[in-house]
Amino acid sequence: MPYLNVSGITKSFGGLVAVDGVNFHVEQGEIVSIIGPNGAGKTTVFNMLTGVYQVDVGEIVFEDHPIHNKSPQDIVQAGLSRTFQNIRLFGNLRVIENVLIGTHIHTKYNFFDSLFRTRRFQKEEAEQTLKAIEILESIGLGEHIHSYAQNMPYGAQRKLEIARAIATNAKILLLDEPAAGMNPQESEELMQFIRTLRDKGYTILLIEHDMKVVMNISDRIYVIDHGKKIAEGVSHEIISNEKVIEAYLGGGAKKDAAN
Amino acid sequence: MKMKMEPFNRDFITPIEQFLTKFRIPAWVLLGVFLLALPHFGFNTFIMRLFIMIGIFSMLGLGLNILMGYTGLVSLGHAGFFAIGAYTSALLMVHTDLPFLVTLIAAAITSGVVGGILGLPTLRLSGNYLTIVTLGFGEIVRMVIMNWRSVTNGVLGVRSPRPVMFGMEFTFANHGFYYTMLVLLLLTGLTSAAILHSRTGRAFLAIKEDEIAATMMGIRITRYKILAFTISATITGVAGGFYASLMPHIDHDVFTFDVSVLIVSIVIVGGMGTMRGMFLGAIILIAFPEVSRFLMEYRFVVYGLLLILMMRFRPQGILGWKSRLPYNLPKLVQKRVETGVQ
Repeated sequence: MPYLNVSGITKSFGGLVAVDGVNFHVEQGEIVSIIGPNGAGKTTVFNMLTGVYQVDVGEIVFEDHPIHNKSPQDIVQAGLSRTFQNIRLFGNLRVIENVLIGTHIHTKYNFFDSLFRTRRFQKEEAEQTLKAIEILESIGLGEHIHSYAQNMPYGAQRKLEIARAIATNAKILLLDEPAAGMNPQESEELMQFIRTLRDKGYTILLIEHDMKVVMNISDRIYVIDHGKKIAEGVSHEIISNEKVIEAYLGGGAKKDAAN
Repeated sequence: MKMKMEPFNRDFITPIEQFLTKFRIPAWVLLGVFLLALPHFGFNTFIMRLFIMIGIFSMLGLGLNILMGYTGLVSLGHAGFFAIGAYTSALLMVHTDLPFLVTLIAAAITSGVVGGILGLPTLRLSGNYLTIVTLGFGEIVRMVIMNWRSVTNGVLGVRSPRPVMFGMEFTFANHGFYYTMLVLLLLTGLTSAAILHSRTGRAFLAIKEDEIAATMMGIRITRYKILAFTISATITGVAGGFYASLMPHIDHDVFTFDVSVLIVSIVIVGGMGTMRGMFLGAIILIAFPEVSRFLMEYRFVVYGLLLILMMRFRPQGILGWKSRLPYNLPKLVQKRVETGVQ
């Protein structure tokens, strides 16, 4: 059984079938990308994975436990954590607070511990803060700990979102178009960074509409168009796949591409 | 050059904050001594009553702040919780021999439970719709008080006896009310601070900032919203219970929509999401009508003008700045960072 196995998930909104029987799987320690033109249904797949949407048909199994149609909170607890296409940080809070909110589900003290500042509270709070600092330092945001999230440069905000996702003790990081709004050089840097994350033992599932960005780092690529999976394989297979070229460039382009 | 580019208001706040952080303990001691000594400066009963009202409204501000300032839910019905606290305490004092402290706790619990129940619609409503529900709630409480004659004595109101604690009757002359107010204010302040600087407070702030992102961090939004309602209503109930003991007579007319708006104004004027703002907000909005008596009818014009100017020039509230000091790390962490031990 694969680490994360998605089989036949389908989601329709009224008469529109946004995602139609998509299968894919992710092994531990891989970088897997889901690509496709705008409106192909990539983010809908993500929303089903993270519990935002219910799955109409099909199932999602993570570490041998079905996680489809569970609440987003339960899925985070299970070890899937995501970032957003349009950055969703807690902008008016400090960088360290953002990461501490990520540790929320693993902070083990109750309401009364915080009210009476018990030893358990002090200990947990210290441990989680140290953990947060460690994550931020490992990700290269060590000097930003005290800044407010909204005052940080764009690239750092992207990284902070990833740091926050890591803080939930995520086993799989789901990154929704992390390179959106970045220039080629910045996105190249980010991809290098994602590779270092993989080397640290994280499993990564990426969504991207720009094929070039993910070509070099993905272990496997799945291509979705109009809600259906049209191709899968390693980078060079995808580049030369006719269906993919058709989806991206339109039917008439086939001849041009062949020339 | 760079210093000149800084916005003007930043330049004087940061040094003050640094100074206050450095001399934190002496500053608190000084404030404590001042507040304890205040009744002995020879103020008349009128002024002392004003101080006590400022204290009560600071508590109300602190209570609503948890909902509005931390969690981002606006309530226009807090007069309802205030009334529930006041009536619970007053009725228990009239009909039973329970000590004042017990009636106060009962007021807090009753109000808190009702707050939790009112929090339930947050499951389905958001933003302005929720605010409208709270507005309705405030009015319903008033209607219930007016019409449930067998319990609340209807429009005639309740005449509660003076509270007695440790064999001493609270009066204005022996400053019993003033010191009780100080103790309650200290308790609500500490509770509020303890909640904010914890996992719970961070969850509240996350909900206020971005509900979807908070959900994706594993925060159970509904549970925390109901908790925020409960805590907020509990604190408001305490203020209500104390208010009932202070007043010789309470009736439905005390807890109108105006009071709800006044509490909201305190939170906004002082600075939403800050605790320091609640005290200043209460001082300004409670003292203003008394201080500006010489303006006669024009004081409402001035009052409105002040609010408009606030909205234009300082929408974050008078004390609503974001600190530029480093984040206050837990003590155990500071120790470890300083000594370099991992």
